[in-house]
Amino acid sequence: MSNVLEIEHLSTHFHTEEGVVRAVDDVGLQVRQGEIVCIVGESGSGKSITAMSVMGLVEGPAGRVAGGRIAFDGIDLLKLGRNELRTIRGNEIAMIFQEPMTSLNPVLKIGEQLMEPLIEHRKMSKKAARKRAIELIGEVGISRAEQIADSYPHELSGGMLQRIMIAIAISCEPKLLIADEPTTALDVTIQAQILDMLRRFKEESGMSILLITHDLGVVAEMADYVVVMYAGKVVEEGEVVALFENPQHPYTKGLLKSKPIINQRQDELYSIPGQVPNPLELTPSCYFHDRCAYCMDICRTQQPVLKDAGNGQKVACWLNEEVTPV
Amino acid sequence: MTEAQALLEVNGLKKYFPIKSGLLSRTVGHVKAVDDISFSIKRGETFGLVGESGSGKSTVGRTILRLTDKTAGEVKFGGVDLYDLQPDELRRLRPKMQLIFQDPYSSLNPRVRIGDAIGEALLDHGLASPTEVRGRVLDVLNACGLSSYHFDRFPHEFSGGQRQRVGIARALVLNPDLIIADEPVSALDVSIQAQIINLFRGMQEKQGLTYLFISHDLSVVEHLCSHIGVMYLGTMMETGPRDELFRDPLHPYTKALLSAVPVPIPKLKRERIVLNGELPNPADPPPGCKFHTRCPFAVARCREEVPLFRDVGNDRKVACHLV
Amino acid sequence: MSTIHAEEAGAAKAVPVRTAPHASMWRQSLRRLLKNKLAMLGFAVVAFMFAACFIGPLFSPYTDNKINMAVMNNAPSLKHWLGTDALGRDVLARVLLAGRISLTVGLASMVLSVFVGTLLGVIAGYYRGVVDQLVMRLADLLLTIPSLPLLFIFGALLSEWKVPTDYRMYIVMLMLSIVGWPGLARMVRGQMLSLREREYMQATVVLGLRDRRKLFNHLLPNLVPLIIVIATFNIGGAILSESVLSYFGLGVMAPTPTWGNMIDAANNMIDFQDHPWLWIPPGFSIFATVIAINIFGDGLRDVLDPKQKR
Repeated sequence: MSNVLEIEHLSTHFHTEEGVVRAVDDVGLQVRQGEIVCIVGESGSGKSITAMSVMGLVEGPAGRVAGGRIAFDGIDLLKLGRNELRTIRGNEIAMIFQEPMTSLNPVLKIGEQLMEPLIEHRKMSKKAARKRAIELIGEVGISRAEQIADSYPHELSGGMLQRIMIAIAISCEPKLLIADEPTTALDVTIQAQILDMLRRFKEESGMSILLITHDLGVVAEMADYVVVMYAGKVVEEGEVVALFENPQHPYTKGLLKSKPIINQRQDELYSIPGQVPNPLELTPSCYFHDRCAYCMDICRTQQPVLKDAGNGQKVACWLNEEVTPV
Repeated sequence: MTEAQALLEVNGLKKYFPIKSGLLSRTVGHVKAVDDISFSIKRGETFGLVGESGSGKSTVGRTILRLTDKTAGEVKFGGVDLYDLQPDELRRLRPKMQLIFQDPYSSLNPRVRIGDAIGEALLDHGLASPTEVRGRVLDVLNACGLSSYHFDRFPHEFSGGQRQRVGIARALVLNPDLIIADEPVSALDVSIQAQIINLFRGMQEKQGLTYLFISHDLSVVEHLCSHIGVMYLGTMMETGPRDELFRDPLHPYTKALLSAVPVPIPKLKRERIVLNGELPNPADPPPGCKFHTRCPFAVARCREEVPLFRDVGNDRKVACHLV
Repeated sequence: MSTIHAEEAGAAKAVPVRTAPHASMWRQSLRRLLKNKLAMLGFAVVAFMFAACFIGPLFSPYTDNKINMAVMNNAPSLKHWLGTDALGRDVLARVLLAGRISLTVGLASMVLSVFVGTLLGVIAGYYRGVVDQLVMRLADLLLTIPSLPLLFIFGALLSEWKVPTDYRMYIVMLMLSIVGWPGLARMVRGQMLSLREREYMQATVVLGLRDRRKLFNHLLPNLVPLIIVIATFNIGGAILSESVLSYFGLGVMAPTPTWGNMIDAANNMIDFQDHPWLWIPPGFSIFATVIAINIFGDGLRDVLDPKQKR
């Protein structure tokens, strides 16, 4: 299968009053056709900024993509001009966000917002676009499509709005859908519906999905391939089953252990001590070293690089390099 | 459950919010946020109140604490009906029942130093003399995993997890009997969440606290709570001891909720009960069983008759015609 | 920053803070204000105006306001840097003396209206109910009447009642604060209502804190930034209103100089065209002071009250 998206050495920096924040630091990842890749990480890991960088949504003056290559279908998006980017964005690459309420325009009817990309990218007539919009509303599992098309965003619930966002996203049959925490703001029963739907669309249309989430449960359910980020770096990646069954990086291990699992109660939860480092004070080191139970001297002074760890996994950890048994 | 042991008893609690409309803002209807809820929590127990957004679980917590007035029902804390108390009596009882908020950012006053925020209630209630306060605050800071040097800092110097620790310290310093925790770990990252959950457990063991733990996250609730109540649209659907309820959920809503939680085990085949549609409008809830519009097992009776919340043995109660 | 030691599992570590430890929001705001060049320029201009008006006249030989027919309407010279007026008085000395009056009137009426506005706004927002209704309807009433005509009427009444000119300055202050407080009270009340709903205010209820502590330790410290910002803009507004009143001869009257009535003295074509030194200095003073105050106020608002954008 060919790669729909290839990110290489991507760095996105934010210039703040106190210094430069390397939100995304030399990150690489691939999304193959028809595959769901999950980026998992906690707040401050740079997972959302990676997605925003792909969409060209990192905006100055504070933030900018400092380097790297983002190839979509072989075209480097970072080299494209505004207009060229616009023909791809919303058309071949679509994105949905965590907060559907704030991503929709409150003064436009749902139907109108669905018609916009169809008229813009697919050059449809107004009439055809409206017909297609109503079909799309039905496809995302909303009954009374006609009536919904004529309502305003505030009249719908969060779950419905997220469905509408998905309808807008898939309206131009994109090759790649970037979903940034699409179900975080929703209830579990609604989340289950939305995830089911995303999987169904993927299977039907063969589009690829880059899913950004902090929820390991969602990852396990959705992903083919997982990328774990911490403090702007990829610390581990691999096929979903391999990675969950045999995590290599101490952070991945800790993360998996600290998540309470339903019907598997323990008396004491494992917890990773400490907290994410201040991005302004990072020194050349493994950024996880001060929370790591296996921290060695080298971890404090040199940064490990992402290397093959067998089993189709890659890991950035000194434990892996020295082939010392853990 | 023997009534004598119950620290908190909620009987037939109702909280309706009026819907106002028109020029004269006449009341045209009510959102029944809490609609006839009853449960009790024994001393030293942790009761988990579960439900999705709009279930009214947070309103239950706020109505118990009289942060908002009830519409009907009674709330007995240590045998005293809180709604019978005069404002000053209530104020003096407040240290015994504390609330921990969901949002660790907005629940701390940005202009008050941490040490003062934790210690001020001790002073106001005369629970410690001005000379003792500092020592008491330092003790509780340490117990909550913070350090002495945090005393003079301001909230903005703390991370989310640390702020939540401050919120917990602020409640614990008063030696409360009951702590109501409203989604206390929902805003936190997984690794921090585990730290805070462990802190909750540890404190309970040390101080014999009683918790009312409000959350939408079933895996967290299972981990922490000994008894669980499941709410839907302002009504209690099912209550029972944790192990029984998780092993053998009786109400279809509880079943659906449990099966919808994503589990971090890839390729695990689980039978999932997928609910149809959305939460109905709480201002205009469906007649009969409120859940019947989304229930995959609903029969004609569910549409007409409101199921009783009845005892089914083993300390369990459920409101469903089919059980 | 303190060094990080590995503490026991689950224990939190010191958040690395770059700023000095325990910097309160006040100190942070001050630091950011000092970095805002435009705001500091505004502050410098205001400070210069104050210094010039209150200290400058001490070094001038012409502060006695004596009429000197020998030097009527002289153009600026080494002796009279900004020339003389129709009565032979030194314009520079008069501009500075007028500045004393204008700035004092602006400052004093601000203090008065801030005091009244804050007090009433806090009372209305904290107790709500009937008190709130009474205060806010009174404020609404005053706000519905455009303030300039109201001031004109007041000014005309003062002249009608033949109030001695010495007292007029104080009465003008009072008038300006009467039109100044309602807007302030309204904003303070709004802020109070919004603060009441904050979770940390709910926390004070749960903790069972006394009203006095809620008010003085929690509510007021969060109101002060707003009040400082409004107060700053109020000074500018009061100076402007006083100038307008005095220009129309309804405010502070001659011989006491103010920037407004100095411009009025040049209120004819001949003076306007041939003696620009009569009206340009006071006009420029008003302009520079008010603009500088507003720029400074904008800067203050940015650092103290970032949500309150116009």
